[in-house]
Amino acid sequence: MTKVQRLRPLAVGGVVLVIAIGAAVLAALIAPHDPYAQAVGSRLIPPVWDPGGSWGNILGTDPLGRDLLSRIIYGARISISAGALAVTVSMILGVLMGLVAGYYAGRVDTVISNAVNLMLAFPFLLLALAAVAVIGPGFRNMVIVLGVTGWPIYTRVVRAETLKYREREFILAARALGLNSPRIIWGHVLPNLVNTIIVMSSLEVARMIILESFLSFLGLGIQPPTPSWGAMLGEGRVYMFTHWWLAAFPGLAIFITTLGINLFGDGLRDLLDPHRVLAAATARTE
Amino acid sequence: MPVYVAQRLLQALFVCLGISVITFLLLHVAGDPVLLLLPQSASDADVALLKQKLGLDRPLALQYLAFLTDALHGDFGQSLFTQESAFALILERMPATLELTLAGTLVGLGVAIPLGVLAAIKRGSFLDRLSTVGAVGGQAMPIFWLGIMLIILFAVKLRMLPASGRGTLAHLILPAITLGVYLAPLTMRLTRSGMLDVLTQDYIRTARAKGVVERVVLFKHALRNAAIPIVTILGIQFGRLLGGAIVTETVFAWPGVASLAVKAIRTYDYPVVQGSVVFLALLIVLVNLLTDVAVAWLDPRIRLGGDRD
Repeated sequence: MTKVQRLRPLAVGGVVLVIAIGAAVLAALIAPHDPYAQAVGSRLIPPVWDPGGSWGNILGTDPLGRDLLSRIIYGARISISAGALAVTVSMILGVLMGLVAGYYAGRVDTVISNAVNLMLAFPFLLLALAAVAVIGPGFRNMVIVLGVTGWPIYTRVVRAETLKYREREFILAARALGLNSPRIIWGHVLPNLVNTIIVMSSLEVARMIILESFLSFLGLGIQPPTPSWGAMLGEGRVYMFTHWWLAAFPGLAIFITTLGINLFGDGLRDLLDPHRVLAAATARTE
Repeated sequence: MPVYVAQRLLQALFVCLGISVITFLLLHVAGDPVLLLLPQSASDADVALLKQKLGLDRPLALQYLAFLTDALHGDFGQSLFTQESAFALILERMPATLELTLAGTLVGLGVAIPLGVLAAIKRGSFLDRLSTVGAVGGQAMPIFWLGIMLIILFAVKLRMLPASGRGTLAHLILPAITLGVYLAPLTMRLTRSGMLDVLTQDYIRTARAKGVVERVVLFKHALRNAAIPIVTILGIQFGRLLGGAIVTETVFAWPGVASLAVKAIRTYDYPVVQGSVVFLALLIVLVNLLTDVAVAWLDPRIRLGGDRD
């Protein structure tokens, strides 16, 4: 492949990401209507190209007369921040454990590796569902649950990489110079793993957004009236036999965003680290 | 080989124990079922009475031991609402889940494996690029949305297929496609890369150099060795498959174990939640164990050489 071809996914994904993040940040400026404003007189208006549609509400309105496009623009805030926060939590947990397991090896490694196997054996989604049901729905709880259940994949990859590095000459040299272990891990092992971690995290954001949407879709995540793509899709499902747009557009927003993130992540991987480890490691989760 | 199998068996047992502990703790420490079951106006005496009735007043360790002993006898308690045995409810729903996962696997693999092999053989071709793009799109697809879109298109607009439920073959088509789309992209990518790995091996070059017909090279030499990664893929995908089944069953109101669990989670019917989570997790452990053993058996380096890792 030529360099331009290799960079294409990165560019396309990057553009989609900029649009999605831009919508989230500038929602108040670009949304044509107040996402909470109900208007009984303009309930269930179809999108502009359908008979009965109007330019006032390009993507139509919901059963409470709220503008669908405005709600989707505001929904980007929830999805993107939930995805990013959940990934941050699981990344910090997972990377820390992976570094410790890989560097110290021995008994610590046995405990952590077994914990990883245990977590990977769980039907992840059911675990997350049950956990949210127990501690209650809402944005904060959802982020905690997704973060706490999502770490094993990082631990797996980081542990394997750390194991490789710990026998390398520059680490042995650092040890011979008398540096203590935390300093070696922080200053000499971690910097070598940064690319791998960045690529993995970027792909994980997409997975977390889909999970967040599914939780909200089931009514276990974001609660109404806050606009979130998953919850809107859940509401739209009730009307799918009569008003197709209510389910179609929020889902399309999720799809385009996760597609953009995946393209961006794949592009980053090709650019930064062509490791195969990632593909194998991502396979067992979900 | 026997040592390896014994090790894996021991590991699997440990995982099973861990699953029971986590599930139990999650439901008993993080939340209080009694408070959720009773109306807010219930008196302390009512709460105490119900706790006693459900055995929730005993020390946690004792509760866990009782749960474990019962679970080993196939007793996960009774549904709080229907009073039916949770295990019976799960078993009753099992055929539906098996039917769906099997159909979804057939659709997913039926598309992914031939495509993956073809893409690897014709690397860089239009087909290769098209299937790679398809895989990227498929991986980003929220399948609960895909399911709803399929319902809107084929059930509502075209009136060709039923929108939900189980019964005839027609009922199975949309859920199977939904689950297949979930399974196919990763399988396709891994099959392609597994096949590419094999195709660059020395023995393939040797076979070609000594004049073996390309068809024989591909099917006899390459595909047979690519079978190892493909079996591994099937095994590790099983957990994902069940995850996909949870979503698919919910969207299509498919009467399987996963939709039973989701419904129980929403109504806080904790014996049923406990039972189905443990049951599905054990299923995953079992399949992973069988996969590892099968892979070890297929690969003489592991079969004869002892340990991995």
